Amino acid sequence: MKLFRPLLLGLGAMALGLSAQAAGGAKHAHAPEKGWSFAKVPAGQLDKESVQRGFQVYQEVCSSCHGMKLLSYRNLGEPGGPFYYDEYSNANDNPLVKALAAEIEILDPNPDENGDPVYRPAIPADTFRSPYPNDNAAKAANGGALPPDLSVITKARGHGADGDGASYVYSLMTGYKDDKIKTKVGDDGLNVNYIDFDEDETVGTLTQPTGLYYNPYFAGDTTPQWDGDPRHAPYGGFLAMAPQLPDGRVEYIDGTEATTSQMAYDVANFLQWAGDPKQGQRKSLALPVMLYLVLLAILLWFSYKRIWRNVEH
Amino acid sequence: MSGHESTYEPKTGIEKWLDSRLPIIRLAHDSFVDFPTPKNLNYWYTFGGILAICLAVQIITGVVLAMHYTADIDQAFGSVERIMRDVPYGWLIRNIHMVGASMFFLAVYVHMFRGLYYGSYKAPREVLWLLGCIIYLLMMATAFLGYMLPWGQMSLHGANVIINLFGAIPLVGEPIQSWLMGGPSVGNQTLQRFFSLHYLLPFMIAGVVILHIWALHVPGNNNPTGVEVQDVEKDTVPFHPYYTVKDGFAIVVFLIIFAVFVFYAPNVLGHADNYIEANPLVTPAHIVPEWYLLPFYAILRAITFNIGPMDAKLLGVIAMFGAIAVLFLLPWLDTSKVKSMRYRPVAKQFFFGFVIACLLLGWCGASNPDNAIIPMGSDKLVVSYTDSAGLEGQRTFEDYAPAAQFRDEQVTAGGVASLAIQKAPAFTFKHLSQILTAYYFAFFLLILPVLGLRERPKGEPDSIHLSILGHDAPAAAPAE
Repeated sequence: MKLFRPLLLGLGAMALGLSAQAAGGAKHAHAPEKGWSFAKVPAGQLDKESVQRGFQVYQEVCSSCHGMKLLSYRNLGEPGGPFYYDEYSNANDNPLVKALAAEIEILDPNPDENGDPVYRPAIPADTFRSPYPNDNAAKAANGGALPPDLSVITKARGHGADGDGASYVYSLMTGYKDDKIKTKVGDDGLNVNYIDFDEDETVGTLTQPTGLYYNPYFAGDTTPQWDGDPRHAPYGGFLAMAPQLPDGRVEYIDGTEATTSQMAYDVANFLQWAGDPKQGQRKSLALPVMLYLVLLAILLWFSYKRIWRNVEH
Repeated sequence: MSGHESTYEPKTGIEKWLDSRLPIIRLAHDSFVDFPTPKNLNYWYTFGGILAICLAVQIITGVVLAMHYTADIDQAFGSVERIMRDVPYGWLIRNIHMVGASMFFLAVYVHMFRGLYYGSYKAPREVLWLLGCIIYLLMMATAFLGYMLPWGQMSLHGANVIINLFGAIPLVGEPIQSWLMGGPSVGNQTLQRFFSLHYLLPFMIAGVVILHIWALHVPGNNNPTGVEVQDVEKDTVPFHPYYTVKDGFAIVVFLIIFAVFVFYAPNVLGHADNYIEANPLVTPAHIVPEWYLLPFYAILRAITFNIGPMDAKLLGVIAMFGAIAVLFLLPWLDTSKVKSMRYRPVAKQFFFGFVIACLLLGWCGASNPDNAIIPMGSDKLVVSYTDSAGLEGQRTFEDYAPAAQFRDEQVTAGGVASLAIQKAPAFTFKHLSQILTAYYFAFFLLILPVLGLRERPKGEPDSIHLSILGHDAPAAAPAE
């Protein structure tokens, strides 16, 4: 189809333009070595067990600061969700989902008949409990930084390609340089944390501001804290979230060893699911649709050849 | 064609009854079944049909989305996600609508470049071209309004940038700006009017499309030779089945590309920041429009200088709107008597240059204007200091070690010193977009008018029929 070559070229140029939108500063996020099962062509699906473990990580670690206000407990038991089982096609009947929800006490959106607030165990229909009543409370509890809602975090990072957002989460969670941090006593008598760099041209010392943590995958600017050649300041920036996933931070119910990279992989898979719970359905519908269209195109091509066979053109 | 006699013969009683009251079946038959169409249309001519499909897809998916969408700044973002999560096949409908906007523009650009190449805007098709330009303008407005609706960061801040452009117009700028926003800033009232207009404009597009097809069917199709139909028997075939099947094939191939995006990469054509709920207090690092508006954004930002009393911002706005306005003048700017660039070897080169310029302008629009494309030299270090005697000075260094040493010496001596990067001069995206913008306008305002008078075209064929038989040059000796 030499006629469509310019079209493809155009698409290529578009992709080039889009990749040029990359914000400078942060290191390019990477997928874990084993890759993402959901990003496999043509019909990659989420690793369900990993999503289950990722929910455990979210529940035990992330949820103390990050809300997921677009999710309800029922979503966990809906088709494509981590706790969906064929015998419970209605997530509200799913005993596992009911039990998971019941562990959490929420403020009922409706007050009782006297108008007083009601606290009760959650049911599958309830939305995920938010850790803070409002954004100001969240900021006050986190040194002025607002922990972002994680509902669509995997869609809000990267360039929209499959796995971009999950790779960002994975890279960020495993990217902290906490093993390289050294401490000295500063001029004011307080402890100062710093990291010595000696990679290629990036040679110098990066001082970590109090209450902030260096991460090469976090978009930002390191030059103000950098003692060294500013032309070769380290990638990344500082964020208010301390490293959260040291080895053994959670004890997995299924017995998987909870290493930092395992937990980061699992929670990235969970957030990938949460950002687009219907992606499994999308991927499984993709192949039949493509086959249908390709067959239709072939049939139309031969019809075209047949109809035009006696016409010079 | 208007001169073409209707061949419709009502067969059943009910058809005869209807035909004498409202000959709508006759109209459809004459327009889409027996319409004489040049035999030599290539695949570039299938994009009209593809665009009709795009419009239909956008309207149908859009009507369904509007049933579930909430135009309220507190709920819009969540309601779009709710469509993706809880509405049966809502994810599919929304992805089709979102990717559909990009596919619509992809098709319209191919369609427009095709018209440009084969001279489809020339007499007797000027009105056809003008109606097409109106459709394109309405499409851009609709897309811009629609991009606001998910109420993400790019929605809000993109809308802010575009609406602020109107503020650059002298005297009436600010009133227009507040009239568009419905208040002092982009807020709930803006979202609601944008939603209302986003629902209205596609039907206006559909109306102009009907006029566009009408204006096509009066003179009939242009064709790759640019030579008008002379003999309906020899030069044309009926639209059905010849072009229904050819267009049908092209439409399905187009749908395959469409489906690849919908099913495998629905978000790749958009910007990730639009999945962050809009927050007026946080401005994204790089505000960029959707890809299909990037060339115009590059033209807007290319103007960084004042001319007389007009400042750069106003000139940028004039250039951007001028880039669209010039399309409306095209039928009268191109002075060539030969329609198809197939027979205009010089114009052809400039045309391909124009296509490349448009693609590169898109690249410039997506990039930071100050970023270097070709750096000239390397970045240096500059130490600015005030020494203990109060004297100010600057010193430039190649390497870090001596620069840091000099800074430290100044500080130890009781002065103040700081070290910063001195960017090497470079050929930046700003420069590239200025060159390309100049070419964009020169193509329409200089090259096409002058070239049409001065170039020596290759001979056109005498007829479509002869061109098909390989007699591209005018027959020297009588044929047969």
